[in-house]
Amino acid sequence: MSVKPWRRRVGEFMSRISVTVDGVSYQDDVEPRTLLVHYLREQLGKTGTVVGCDTSNCGACTVHLDGRSVKSCSLLAVQTDGHEVTTIEGLSTDGELHPMQKAFHENHALQCGFCTPGMIMQSIDFVQDNPSPSDEEVRHGLEGNLCRCTGYQNIVKAVQAAASATAAGTEGGAR
Amino acid sequence: MTAVDERTTGETPQLEVGAARHRKEDQRLITGRTRWTDNMSLPGMLHMAMVRSPFAHARISSVDVDEAKRSPGVVAVITGSDLADVQGTLPNVWTITPEQKTPAHPSIAVDTVRFAGEIVACVVARTPAAARDAVELVDVDYDELPVVLDTVEALKDETLIHPDIGTNQSAHLVMDHQTESSVGDVDAVIEAARTDGIVFERRYEQQRLIPSFMEPRSMICDPTGEQTVLWSSTQIPHILRVLLAMSLGIPESKLRVIAPDVGGGFGGKLQVTPEEFITVLVARRLGKPCKYTETRSESLMAAHHGRAQHQKITLAARKDGTVTGLKAELIADMGAYLSLLGGGTPKLGAFMFNGIYKFDAYRFDLRTVFTNTAWTDAYRGAGRPEATFAIERIMDDFAHELGMDPLELRAKNWITHEEFPFTSVAGLEYDSGNYEAATAKAKELFGYDELRREQERRRADNDQVQLGIGVSTFTEMCGLAPSRTLGALAYAAGGWEHASIRMLPTGTVEVVTGVTPHGQGHETAWSQIVADRLGVPFENVEVLHGDTQIAHKGLDTYGSRSLVVGGIAVVKAVEKVIEKATVVAAHMLEASPGDIEFAEGRFSVRGTDQSKTLAEVAWAAFDAHDLPDGVEPSLDADAAFDPDTFSYPHGTHLCAVDVDTETGEVTIAKYVCVDDIGKVINPMIVEGQVHGGLVQGISQALFEEAVYDESGTLVTGSFVDYLVPSAPDLPHLTTDRTETPATTNELGVKGVGEAGTIASTPAVVNAVVDALRPWGVDDVPMPCSPHRVWQAVQGRSVGERTVTQPVNPETMQTDGSSGQLPTGDATGGDDR
Repeated sequence: MSVKPWRRRVGEFMSRISVTVDGVSYQDDVEPRTLLVHYLREQLGKTGTVVGCDTSNCGACTVHLDGRSVKSCSLLAVQTDGHEVTTIEGLSTDGELHPMQKAFHENHALQCGFCTPGMIMQSIDFVQDNPSPSDEEVRHGLEGNLCRCTGYQNIVKAVQAAASATAAGTEGGAR
Repeated sequence: MTAVDERTTGETPQLEVGAARHRKEDQRLITGRTRWTDNMSLPGMLHMAMVRSPFAHARISSVDVDEAKRSPGVVAVITGSDLADVQGTLPNVWTITPEQKTPAHPSIAVDTVRFAGEIVACVVARTPAAARDAVELVDVDYDELPVVLDTVEALKDETLIHPDIGTNQSAHLVMDHQTESSVGDVDAVIEAARTDGIVFERRYEQQRLIPSFMEPRSMICDPTGEQTVLWSSTQIPHILRVLLAMSLGIPESKLRVIAPDVGGGFGGKLQVTPEEFITVLVARRLGKPCKYTETRSESLMAAHHGRAQHQKITLAARKDGTVTGLKAELIADMGAYLSLLGGGTPKLGAFMFNGIYKFDAYRFDLRTVFTNTAWTDAYRGAGRPEATFAIERIMDDFAHELGMDPLELRAKNWITHEEFPFTSVAGLEYDSGNYEAATAKAKELFGYDELRREQERRRADNDQVQLGIGVSTFTEMCGLAPSRTLGALAYAAGGWEHASIRMLPTGTVEVVTGVTPHGQGHETAWSQIVADRLGVPFENVEVLHGDTQIAHKGLDTYGSRSLVVGGIAVVKAVEKVIEKATVVAAHMLEASPGDIEFAEGRFSVRGTDQSKTLAEVAWAAFDAHDLPDGVEPSLDADAAFDPDTFSYPHGTHLCAVDVDTETGEVTIAKYVCVDDIGKVINPMIVEGQVHGGLVQGISQALFEEAVYDESGTLVTGSFVDYLVPSAPDLPHLTTDRTETPATTNELGVKGVGEAGTIASTPAVVNAVVDALRPWGVDDVPMPCSPHRVWQAVQGRSVGERTVTQPVNPETMQTDGSSGQLPTGDATGGDDR
C-alpha cells in the first residue's frame, strides 16, 4: 500500500484527504494524528465500526482498505488518502445482506454483536484467499479478532457456510 | 442439538417454544446499525477523560490543574476536592455479616488512592482527543505508601488500606450445617474420620480474572431535560437508577437510565461505577451532556475483577469413599473497596461447595479482605465457579487417592434421581435432576472407556504427550432469586421480576421486560414464549427493555435469572391478558366467560363454531364501543413474579487433554458436555450460551490471570498481556443435553448463562493433573500455562502468583530425561 505524504492545506495542523468510504467520496480535513477508526466514527458518523481495545489486539475495528482487511485503529486517516474503504455499513447492497452477514445470522455466530463488524470484515477477507477452509484454517484466519461471547464455534461454522454458499453460487439456508 | 429450524410439523400446531429461531436482534448487529452508548452524540455534548493514579497506595498531596485548564478545548477539570461534598460514597448492597466493615468509596479520590487506576481527576473538553491531551497536563503529587497485594499478608494488618476501620478484614462469615444423621458438626465428623476413615485436605487458588466484555464501558449523561438521563453500557439500568437516587440525593423520579445496545457484561457490568457517578455529577454541574468512554487499558485496570480467592478444603470420608464432611475455608480478595455485591459474591458460593453430593456436615468459613488492587465483584458464575472448582477438584484428587475411577466415586456420593426433591447439606432444596442420565450420555459421546485405555497405552509407552481425562459433575443455583431468601441473606433488594404485555389495537403485541439483555437473545426467546401463549405470529411480538421510562420496573440481568424469573413474569402477564380478553370475548360472543376457551389465538364458545380472534378482541377493547359494564377498555397487563426457589441446572463435563511433558503445552483434544437445563425455549441460543460459557471457564483453566507486580501495577494491563483466547486457542466443543424439567416454574426451565463457565474450569484442570499423575503431580495452579505445567513435571513449586515470574533460564533442565515418566512406581513421585 502506498502512503502519500501529509498535505497540510488547511491550517498548520490539518491535512486534506480524499477517500471513498462505502461508495461515497469524501474530502475532509483531518488532524495528521487522527486514526482511521476515529475519522470513520467521529467525522463520518460510521459508528458501525467500533473500538474494542487500544493495542490492535481485538480486531473489532476491522474494515477493508482497497478490498483487504485492516485494523482501522492501526492506520492513520491520512494513510487512506486516495484509497477506498469499506465498512460493515457498506456491505449489503440493495437491501441484500452479504453472504457472510447472512451466514453469521443463520449460524448464530454472534451474541452481544460488538465484535461482529470486525469479525465479518475479517472473515470476508479470509474467504477470498481460502474459499474452502477447514475448521483449523478458519480459526487461524481469525486469530486477530477476539470474541468473548460465542467461544468461536459458531463463527467458524458461519465462515465455512458462507464460503460454501459463495462457492455454490447460492446463499442457502433456512429462514 | 441442531441449529436448524426444529418446528414440529403435522397435525399439532407449530410451536415456537423449542424451535431454533434465528435471532431478531441480529439485523442491526450484522449491519453496523447499532446503538452502543459510545455511538451516540447529543447536541452540545462534552467529552470526559479520567486522570488515574499510577500508584497502588499513596496520599495525594496536591493536584495542579492549571495547565490542563489552559489546554485547547478544555471546559473544566474536576478533582476529588471539587466533588467531596456531593459525591457521597459508591454503594455496597450486601452486608454479609452484621459486623461487616464497609469503608467509604468516593468516586474521585480526595486524599488517598488505594489501587493503581483509581480516578483522581476528570477532564471535560470539547473533543475526546482534547480531553485526553489535557489528562497528561494534570500534575498530581503523590506520597507513596506501602502496598499490600495479597490477602494473607493483608490479614496481618501491618499496612492498613482503610485506617479508619482499623483492619483489612471486611467480614468473617461462618455458616454451619449438618443433617439429622450427622454425628455432629463438621469438626466432629472430621475427627471421627481421622480415627476411622479418611481426611483429605487441599488448597486451591482461584486466580484473579478480568471479565473483559468486548464493549468498553461508556456513559452519557444529559442533564438538560426535566429528567436527568443516563445512557450507560450497563447490565443493571434499574438498579443503577435506584442507587444513583439514593447515593446522590437526586429524586428517583428525576432520573431515567437507559442501557442501549450493550456489548457483553459477564457480571463485569453488574456494577455501579465511579465513572457513572462522575458523569452524572459533572454533567449536572456543567449543565451540558457529557460522555465518558473508557479505553481498554482503563477497563482492565479499573472495571471490577473477579474470582481472587484462596481456598482450603477439608473433606472427610469413610474408607469406602462415602463422603461425610466438608469444610471450605476461604479468603476472598475484595480489592481496595467493597463493590456493589462485595463479599456477597464469594458468599453465593457458600451453598455450592457441597455440589451434587450427600454430605452429613458442612462448614463454610469466609474472610473478605482488602488489598491495594482493583475491586472485585461478580464474574460469570459469581461464587459458584469457585465452589464447583473446589469440590470437583477435590473429588478427583480423592478418587486418585482411593484408586477409584473419578466417575465411580462421584456416583457413589451423588444424589440419585429418585431422591429429588433433595435438601442439600447447605439447606437448599434441589427440585430436580438426573445426574446418572447426563453422565451416561456424556460418557458415551466422549468415548470414556476407550480414552482411558488410550491413556494407559501412552503411560505404558512413556509417550512424551500424555493424555489426561478430567471430570466435572456440577450443579449450580441460579435464577436469582427468591426475595425472602435474599432478605434472609441480608441482600438489600429483592429478586422478583416484572413484565407487561401491551395488546395493540391492530393485534400486534409489545412485551415489556424488566430484565436487560446484553447478548443473550431475550427479544427472540420472549417472542417465542408469547407467540405460543397468545397465538400470535412470532414477528408480531416486539420486546422492549433496558430503559427505565419504558420498562419502568425490573431487576435486570445476571445470575442466569432472565428466563427463569423474567420469562415467568412474562408468562404471568400473558395469563392476565387472556383472562381480561376472555371477558370481552364472551361479551362479543354473547356467551358466559365460563364457556369460553382460548387456543391458538382464538376465543371460542365451547361446543360451537363461534369464535373471535385475539386481534378482534383487542380492537373491541380499543374502540370500546361495546364493552361489558365495569370492564376497563384495555387488555394490557402487568405481572411481577417472585420465584419460590432457585433454579438448579446440572451436567456432566468431560475433558481430554494432551499434555506435552517436554514443553508443558496443554491442548484440549476433546471436550464433551451434557447439560440439563430443563425445558429449552430456543436450542440454538442455548447452545451458544453453553459454548461461550465453556470457553470462559476453559480460559480460566488455561489462559487468563490478572497479574500485579510487587508495586501494585497491573502487568496484564492490555490485551497484549491479558490473554483472552482467540479462535485457534480453542477446541471444537461437543455439547448435548438431557431434559429434566424444573418443577418450580410453569415453563420447566432452568438457567443456562453461567453453567458452562461453572463446570468447565475443574474439568480442564482435572484433565491436566490427571495427565501428570504418574509424576506425582496433584495440582497445577491456574492458569495451567506451559511454564507451570513444565514446572509441575519437573517437580518444582510454582510459587506465589501475585508477582510476575519470568522463567529463569538457569533453572531450565537440559537433562534429556526430563519430562520422561519416572521409572518404577508409576504412582509414586515426589511430594512437592
